[in-house]
Amino acid sequence: MTPGPIISIRGLEVGALSRHGMLRPLRGIDLDLPHAATTGLVGESGCGKSMTARALLNITPSPMRITAGSITLDDGKTPPVDLAALDPDGAPMRAIRGRRLAMIFQEPMTAFSPVHTIGNQIAEMLLIHEKLDKRAARERSIEMLDLVGMPNARQRFDAHPFNLSGGMRQRAMIAMALACKPEVLVADEPTTALDVTIQAQILELLQRLQQELGMTVLLITHDLGVVARTTSRVAVMYLGQVVEETTTESLFDNPKHPYTQGLLGSVPRLGSRRGRRERLPAMRGSVPPALAELPGCAFHPRCPKAVAGLCDVVKPRMAEVAPGHRARCLLYPEVLAASAALEAA
Amino acid sequence: MWGFILRRLVWMVPTLIVISIISFIIIQLPPGDYLSSYIARLEALGTTVDQATIDALRLRYGLDDPIWVQYFKWLGNIIFNGNFGYSFEWRLPVSQLIVERLPTTFLVATCSLLFAWSVALPIGIFSAVKQYSWGDYVFTVLGFLGLGIPNFMLALTFLYVSNRYFGLSIGGLFSPNYINAPWSLDKFIDLLSHLWIPVVIVGTAGTAGLIRITRANVLDELRKPYVETARAKGLHPMLLILKYPVRIALNPFVSSMGFILPGMISGEVIVSIVLNLPTTGPLLYAALLSQDTYLAGAFVLMLAVLTVIGVLISDILLAWLDPRIRLS
Ligand SMILES: Nc1ncnc2c1ncn2[C@@H]1O[C@H](COP(=O)(O)OP(=O)(O)OP(=O)(O)O)[C@@H](O)[C@H]1O
Ligand code: SF4
Ligand SMILES: [Mg+2]
Repeated sequence: MTPGPIISIRGLEVGALSRHGMLRPLRGIDLDLPHAATTGLVGESGCGKSMTARALLNITPSPMRITAGSITLDDGKTPPVDLAALDPDGAPMRAIRGRRLAMIFQEPMTAFSPVHTIGNQIAEMLLIHEKLDKRAARERSIEMLDLVGMPNARQRFDAHPFNLSGGMRQRAMIAMALACKPEVLVADEPTTALDVTIQAQILELLQRLQQELGMTVLLITHDLGVVARTTSRVAVMYLGQVVEETTTESLFDNPKHPYTQGLLGSVPRLGSRRGRRERLPAMRGSVPPALAELPGCAFHPRCPKAVAGLCDVVKPRMAEVAPGHRARCLLYPEVLAASAALEAA
Repeated sequence: MWGFILRRLVWMVPTLIVISIISFIIIQLPPGDYLSSYIARLEALGTTVDQATIDALRLRYGLDDPIWVQYFKWLGNIIFNGNFGYSFEWRLPVSQLIVERLPTTFLVATCSLLFAWSVALPIGIFSAVKQYSWGDYVFTVLGFLGLGIPNFMLALTFLYVSNRYFGLSIGGLFSPNYINAPWSLDKFIDLLSHLWIPVVIVGTAGTAGLIRITRANVLDELRKPYVETARAKGLHPMLLILKYPVRIALNPFVSSMGFILPGMISGEVIVSIVLNLPTTGPLLYAALLSQDTYLAGAFVLMLAVLTVIGVLISDILLAWLDPRIRLS
């Protein structure tokens, strides 16, 4: 028996009322994170990747809150918990956050407090969750720094973030996130702020730790090359929804959704005449703001394959369009059937 | 850290020398000197002063020496004898005048500061954390009222209300029968019963501003990514706010400490006059009005020196609080 997904998100919505109307950054996310594997989450800027990550830890930035849906955390051993139903500041949620679910942020400089040592900030994790005394927490933190390949871990424990290079800071961030050996790690663009050579090292480190610790990882990135190298499954997001979800292989070999096809088409490729990277024509336009309310398929104003009278009317549902390959596009009869049934209901 | 402090201490020496020169120039700026105005006064009263006395006095005060000799005498007297000169107006040594008033001055100032901080900090933090809540609005309105009402108004209102409706006289720091009495428990209680009024009046003035600054600083910090990181750890929200944003939001306060120390001596002149407090503020005010040069000069020097010391203290505190300063 293969164990079920450790995280399953269903119909997750996040929103807040603003002066200009209802902001809806997440509009019904369905996403499974299979146990001990790396899942990629991709999409253009503003599609809601970071918000999904924050919702998963139940730390949506105020006034944003989870307004619908569920996030089930189920390790197959302890009773499943619906994180979306927990009070974000309550003790049960806080006991899970950091201990069972941890997060790595994009900007390791600003994601650390500038006036506390990194050791202090790593050990805090252990002081909160494992009730270790200061000494034991210090030793464990130094072990963690060692584990993430921090040279001179013992001395670096007392270093401040501004004393470390970008790559070292991100290693410290990883050490902090992994201090309590979480089951699920969310990494929100962990390498975007780093130099290219450092990026590769950090990704390699994450991959190694994922395997050694048997962690489930949600890797958020803009970089489809990173997705291809490090993930086994991928979800593609557009305007607060997942529009395509399958294995990494299937996605790259046979993208079903016109948006994914556009994303893959705008990946920089090697081999242009001057031998340097060149962007193929990117998709026109960008993700609409979280305020936008569009009839029909959210992608239709930008979709090269949009069918007038259908795509701007019927809201597509997610459906399996090939074995193990789900998409949200009305060009596929399975989707059309599921969506029409919904309209009728 | 010690190197840093030592460096700062060494730098204080030239700064203080320059300050003493400038202070001396300032007190010498008015035309004439205090002896000639003294003689002018006596003559206005019809007393004639014979030339021999004048010459004796001029000699005694060294008024015919070159200006730099006078400067060194003045400074030498201060450094080696603690002698700041003689108050023309009060006919008392300047140092005695000031020293008499220092304890009460620091008492009122310290209590007011403590009062202002202990009220402003929690409210400022609350207003930032619960931005745009009812509580925030209420405190904002109260804060602006506090900023808008002049202190002396508040002092006068207090005096009027307590006198009119409670028949109390609340001026000064002691009841008349305790002013010259030796210290006792009763005198202490009497002091407390008088002290809270200037403390509240002077304190509220500071409170309003402090609330606004605390709120703005904490709000700034709350938006920083490290707050989200700390949240993602599962830290208790209250502990989180105190450990990270509040801690960092306090740094700007520390850097303004340099001006708190001199402010204690010169601050709240009008309230002190209205409430008839035996503090240095009214003394400074009077010295400036009557051109009581040596008294005024002592104040100028003291304020400048206290500023330098205050800045030093705040730099040390800041370096201690903020490793980015200490270690770079
Ligand atoms: N605190 C907030 N208040 C209002 N709107 C927000 C807030 N945070 C995010 N949004 C909006 O929610 C939407 C999704 O934002 P999110 O940061 O999740 O995008 P993203 O996919 O992570 O983009 P990027 O690739 O640029 O990081 C955007 O339209 C954004 O403007
Ligand atoms: S449903 Fe229509 S508009 Fe939406 S992606 Fe498919 S073809 Fe394009
Ligand atoms: Mg993001």
